[in-house]
Amino acid sequence: MTAVELPGVAPTPHPPDEDLVLDVRDLRMRYGTVDVLHGVDFTARRGEVLALLGPNGAGKTTTIEVLEGFRMRSAGEVRVLGVDPGRGDERWRARMGVVLQSWRDHGKWRVRDVLANLSDFYAPYSTDRIRRPWPVEELLDTVGLTAHAGKRVQRLSGGQRRRLDVAVGIVGRPELLFLDEPTVGFDPAARREFHELVHRLADLDETTILLTTHDLDEAEKLADRILILAGGRIIADGSPDELARRVGTDAEIRWTRDGERFVHVAADVTGFVRDLLREHGDDVQELEIRRASLEDAYMALVYEEESGVRAGTAAASVWRQGSQP
Amino acid sequence: MSPTMAAVRAGVRRGGIELRNTFSNVQDLWNYFFPTVALLVTMFFMRGATVPGTSFSLGARTLPSALGMGLAFGGLLGLSQQLIVDREDGTLLRAKATPNGMLGYLVGKIVLLSTVSLIGLVLQLTPALFFLDGIRLTDGGTWFTMAWVVPLGLVATLPLGAVIGSLIENPRNMGLVVLPIFGLIALSGIFYPINGYPGWLQAVAQAFPIYWLGLGMRSALLPDGMAAVELGGSWRHLETFGVLGLWAVLGLTLAPVVLRRMARRESGSRVAARREKAMQRVV
Repeated sequence: MTAVELPGVAPTPHPPDEDLVLDVRDLRMRYGTVDVLHGVDFTARRGEVLALLGPNGAGKTTTIEVLEGFRMRSAGEVRVLGVDPGRGDERWRARMGVVLQSWRDHGKWRVRDVLANLSDFYAPYSTDRIRRPWPVEELLDTVGLTAHAGKRVQRLSGGQRRRLDVAVGIVGRPELLFLDEPTVGFDPAARREFHELVHRLADLDETTILLTTHDLDEAEKLADRILILAGGRIIADGSPDELARRVGTDAEIRWTRDGERFVHVAADVTGFVRDLLREHGDDVQELEIRRASLEDAYMALVYEEESGVRAGTAAASVWRQGSQP
Repeated sequence: MSPTMAAVRAGVRRGGIELRNTFSNVQDLWNYFFPTVALLVTMFFMRGATVPGTSFSLGARTLPSALGMGLAFGGLLGLSQQLIVDREDGTLLRAKATPNGMLGYLVGKIVLLSTVSLIGLVLQLTPALFFLDGIRLTDGGTWFTMAWVVPLGLVATLPLGAVIGSLIENPRNMGLVVLPIFGLIALSGIFYPINGYPGWLQAVAQAFPIYWLGLGMRSALLPDGMAAVELGGSWRHLETFGVLGLWAVLGLTLAPVVLRRMARRESGSRVAARREKAMQRVV
C-alpha cells in the first residue's frame, strides 16, 4: 500500500498584486469561543477556476461568504478584486457575481422579467472593456432557458431554477464568480450541462471562478486548482494532478495470466509493464493500471489532517507504519 | 445615468411588475376586496345608529375612519409582512447581492404598497357613494385635505413598517405586532368616538398615528358640523400634521439604520438555515 507523506506546509506564493483577483492571508473566523478558520491562505489569478473542497463543517461556506462580503471575518487580510470585502462598495459589488441557491424568491415573476430587472442595476457600471449587463436574450440562451422565459419562476423545475440562479449570478458579466455547491441535487445530464456552462464562462471572458463542492469528479473536471479546506486551514493547494501525485507516484497494476489474478504496486509503471509483457507476452490478459486518484489524495490528506489534529502526530506516524506493505 | 438613479428606476419597474403579478393573483385580489365587503357589512349593522349627541349616521362616520385605519394597516403591516416573507425566501439576499439592490427593492415595495393602498381607498369609497349620505365628495376641500393626509399617512407608517419587518425574524412572531395594533384600533376612535374614554386612554390613542389618520380622513369626508363631536371640538389639522409628521421623521430616521443592520446579517447560510427550519415546520 502506498504511504502518505505528511503534507508539507509550503508558504503560499503571493504574486504581484495587479494579477490577483483573490488574495487571502491568514483568514480567521471565530464564532463565540469556537475557531472555525485558523488562518486560511490562498490566492487566485484572473481566469483561474478554483474548487474549494473539504469535509462538512470545515468552513467552506464561511470562507466563501467572507469573500462575497456577506460575513465579517474575525481577523486576517482579504482582498477580493483588490478591495477588502468588508468595505466593498456597490461598484465592487457590480464586478462580482454570486450564484445563490435560491429557494422561493421572485416566485410570481416571469423568468424574463427577473433577468431584465436585475440587469438594469448593472447598466451604469458598464465599462469599455466589459459591457454590462449581459443582454437578456443571449443570457437566456447561454443557460438554456429560452423556452421557459415566459414562465413564472415558481413553475420551473429544480434544474431550471438552478439555471436561473446561474443566469442571475452572471447577468452583470462579473470578473469573479462564486458558486456554492452549485450542482447539489442535479441529475447527471443537468450536471454535465452545468459543467459545459462553467467551461464556457471560464474560457470566454476570463472570468475567475471559485466554487465549493463535495463532488471530487466535478472538482477534477472543472478546476485548474483545487484547495482542500480541513481543520480550518488549507491543507492542500494544487492542480488535480499535483494533488494525486502527492499521495505517491506508485500505481497499482492488475493482470491475469492463466486464469490467475495478479496485483503489483510499482513506482515505475511503464518500466514494469514493459518487462512484464517482454517476459510473458500474449499470456498477459486484462491489463489494468490504476494510478492514485484525486479521491485517494483527498481522503488521505483529510485523514492526516483530522487524525493529526485529534491525536497528535504520533498517531499519524503509527498509521503510516501500519500501512507499509 | 448614475447608479442610484438606475436603481430607483429599476425599483419603480419592480413595483410595476409586482403590481401586475398581484392583480392576476386570486388570493391577493380577495385580500383587496375583503376590507370593502367587511366595511359594508359593518355599516349595515350600524344602520340606524347615530353618533352620540347628533343625528348623524354612525355608519357614515365609520367609513372615513376605516379608510384611515386601512392606510395605517397598509403601511405598518404591509411592508413588515413583505420584509419578513422576502427575508425568508431569499429575495432580500438577492437584493443584497445586486449593486444598489436594496434601494431598488425598497423603492419597488413603496410603489407597490402605496398603489395598493390608494386602490383600496377608491374601492372602499365607491360603494359609499351609493349607500351613505353625509359623505361629501364633491367639495374641493375634501380632495385638498386627502391630498396631504394620505401621503403623509403613508410616509408616517411605511418606514415604521420597515422597522417592524426588520426587527421580527420569525414570521410567526407577527402576532406580537398585530395584536397591539388591533388594540390600538379599538382605542383610536375608528368605530366609535373616544370622547367617553378616560383621559389617559385618550392620551395613549393620540400618541399613535392611527387616531390621527382616522381624524384626518374624517375631516376630509365628513361635513364640518361633525367637527364638534371630535376631541377638542375641531378637526385639529395642525396637530394631525404635527403628530403624523413626527412619526414620519422618527420612521425615516430609524428605518435606514435598522434595515441596514438587518441586511448586513443576511447571507446564503442564513437563508439555508431558515429553509431547513421551515421545512421542519408542519404547515
